[in-house]
Order: sequence, then C-alpha cells, then structure tokens
Amino acid sequence: MLTSNILKGVKKGFPLKINAVKIENVSVDYNPDFITRILQRIEYDALRGAVIDLGLNESLPETISETIQQDETFLKTMHKILLEYEIEEGELICPETGRKFPISKGIPNMLLQETEIS
Amino acid sequence: MASKRPEHQGPPDIFYNEEEARKYSQNTHIIDVQTKLSERAIELLNLPDEESCLVLDVGCGSGLSGEVLTDLGHQWVGLDISSSMLDVAQEREVEGDLVLGDIGYGMPFRAGAFDGAISISALQWLCQADKNYHNPIKRLYKFFSTLYSCLARGARAVLQFYPETPNQVDMITQQAMKAGFTGGLVVDYPNSTRAKKMFLCLFAGGQVQELPTGLTGEEGNEGVRTQARYDTERQRYRHHRGKSLKKSRTWILEKKDRWRNKGRDVRPDSKYTARRRPKPF
Repeated sequence: MLTSNILKGVKKGFPLKINAVKIENVSVDYNPDFITRILQRIEYDALRGAVIDLGLNESLPETISETIQQDETFLKTMHKILLEYEIEEGELICPETGRKFPISKGIPNMLLQETEIS
Repeated sequence: MASKRPEHQGPPDIFYNEEEARKYSQNTHIIDVQTKLSERAIELLNLPDEESCLVLDVGCGSGLSGEVLTDLGHQWVGLDISSSMLDVAQEREVEGDLVLGDIGYGMPFRAGAFDGAISISALQWLCQADKNYHNPIKRLYKFFSTLYSCLARGARAVLQFYPETPNQVDMITQQAMKAGFTGGLVVDYPNSTRAKKMFLCLFAGGQVQELPTGLTGEEGNEGVRTQARYDTERQRYRHHRGKSLKKSRTWILEKKDRWRNKGRDVRPDSKYTARRRPKPF
C-alpha cells in the first residue's frame, strides 16, 4: 500500500481513492529504520483514509505525534499496512477528474489516452 | 542475436510482447549485463550507507535491475510500459511494487517521494516517436520534469542508456537540464566500442555535488599484468596518431595492436602482413 500513497493522477490528482476487490497479505522483513524514515514521507491522512475505506482491521490514531513514531507497536502496524497489504484487484480513482485507474494482478495501470495528455 | 536497435522495430510495449519478454528474462547474457549495469548505476546513485531507501526504477521491465536493489536492502517501485515484461516480473516474485505506465506521460508520483531513481537501458526508447501525436522532445521534457518533482531534494537519478547518435545524447541532456537537473554524463570505458557504457547522472537540487568519474581500466586485459607495458604502448600511439598514412603497413600494424589491446582475436604479425594482394580475377 506504500505505492498507493505515492501514486497520483494526471495533474494534482492526490490522494487516489482505492476501491479494492481483492486484497492479499504478503510477508516482508521488518526494518524499523526504513519505516521511521518513510513515515516522514507518506501522507498520513491519505493512508488512514485508505485503511478505513478498505475496511482493514487496523486501528490508526488520527494524528501522529513525535512520541508515537518511536512506538514499536505503531511502527509494526505501519510496516504491515505499507508493505504487507497488497491490492490485487481493484481501482484507483482520481479525486480531481474521477478517472479510474484499474489495478490488475497487483499492478495499477496508469496509461493515459491521447486525449488526456496535456 | 536480436537486431542492434530494437527501438527501430516498434514501440517497447509491442516489442516486449510475451515471447520477447520471456526470452529476454531467460537469456543469461542479458541477465549478466543488466545486473552489472544495475550495480554500477546504484553505485553512482551514492545512497547513504547502511540505509534502506525508496528507489524508483524507470523502465523496470522484468525486474532484473529491481532485484539488485532488493539484494542491497532497498525498497523500490518499478514503472514500465510493457505489461508482458511486468507479468514476467510478477512471476519472478520481485519484491518491488510494479506500475504499468508510459514514462513519456510523466511520473505518476507525488512530489519528493523517492530517495533516488535508476533506469537501465530504457531511455533510448523515449527518443522514438511511436505514435503520430508523439513529440520526443516534449515527452523527454515531461519525463525529466516530473522525475525531478518526485525525487526528494538532493536525490540523484542515474539513467543508463544506449544512445544512437551524439545528437540523441545532446537532446536527452538538454531536456534534463531544462527540467532543473544538474549533473551530467558519466562514461565508462570510453575507448572501447564494446564495453563503453553511458550513465546520465542527475542531481535533483540540494547541495552542489561532484560528478563521479567514469571507469577507464582497459577491459579484456585482465590477463595483462604490468601497467608499464600498457603505458609505453599508449605513448607510441600518441606519437603516431595523425602521422601514419591510412592503409600503409605501419597503420595496419598499429590497428592490429589496438584491436589486440581491446582483447579481440587478431592474426599474429608476419612478413605477409599488409602485403599487396594481387588483383582479383
């Protein structure tokens, strides 16, 4: 799900709303340093929104403070959400244009039509 | 062996169909070359030591370069236009996240997302106009400007590519600079047609960084022990260059020596070398 937090639509198109038909769980090695660093870079609100939308069984606090970023349990949860949940089938919807980017076999299709290229 | 310039045969999403994608990913020579190029590109990327970074792989194909990133402990996101190549990547169960997209449309990523970007043997495809509404220069600019945005400040992008002409190199470098990148070309083994590799090494803002130097060790000469011998050979060339008449015996002997230094198979010199052959019947 890390990638879905980084992907955006044509112009400003962020955050892309996720509609998932099929979600898979994979196992990835836990690296707390990476998670701590990447926390600075992700859009936390977008991620939290996506987790709620997808109905994942993870509870995330509304805001993250300095202290919670050191909390091991929180980091482990973030690790799980960012790297271990994979959206196999579904779509990403641009908030600007409503354009749908399909996800098939875990790969989002960001190819544009001739008319969409600025 | 495949045609020398595959990008002349058609756009990459058509060239890399299911069959070609499979051939490409099982060819041990290709795997070897791509792996070495990836290692060198990551070296030039100069990521902080001992840190796991988020790297963008532009034109990731079947994930050969991505696997090198994984081996070094990094997370990566790969972008490619060929769904067949991405399918192969999935079969190989690469760790990176894959995205299907056309780099000429711009990077579909948020600002400042990546610690670095690499690209192995992909950029030359962008110089072709594969559809009648394609303008390669505009596409190159779109690619570079969006690449610049999605990199963190001070991050690098190292793009290895196979330029067709010096003009193409200029076109690419110009658009990169226009997009705000600093940096330049790093060429490994510039004197060898076979081993020569070009890396566009770009810096996305941040502090002023020094451009890395290319490798110049004589390739194919791992058997040759002494440095000294190589040096004297070099001296002789500098003295003769521009002075030997083409096709003369001395020129031929020099050329044979040059080829030997490159490691090519050359007949030993004899009294018959450069002998005037009788006219054909």
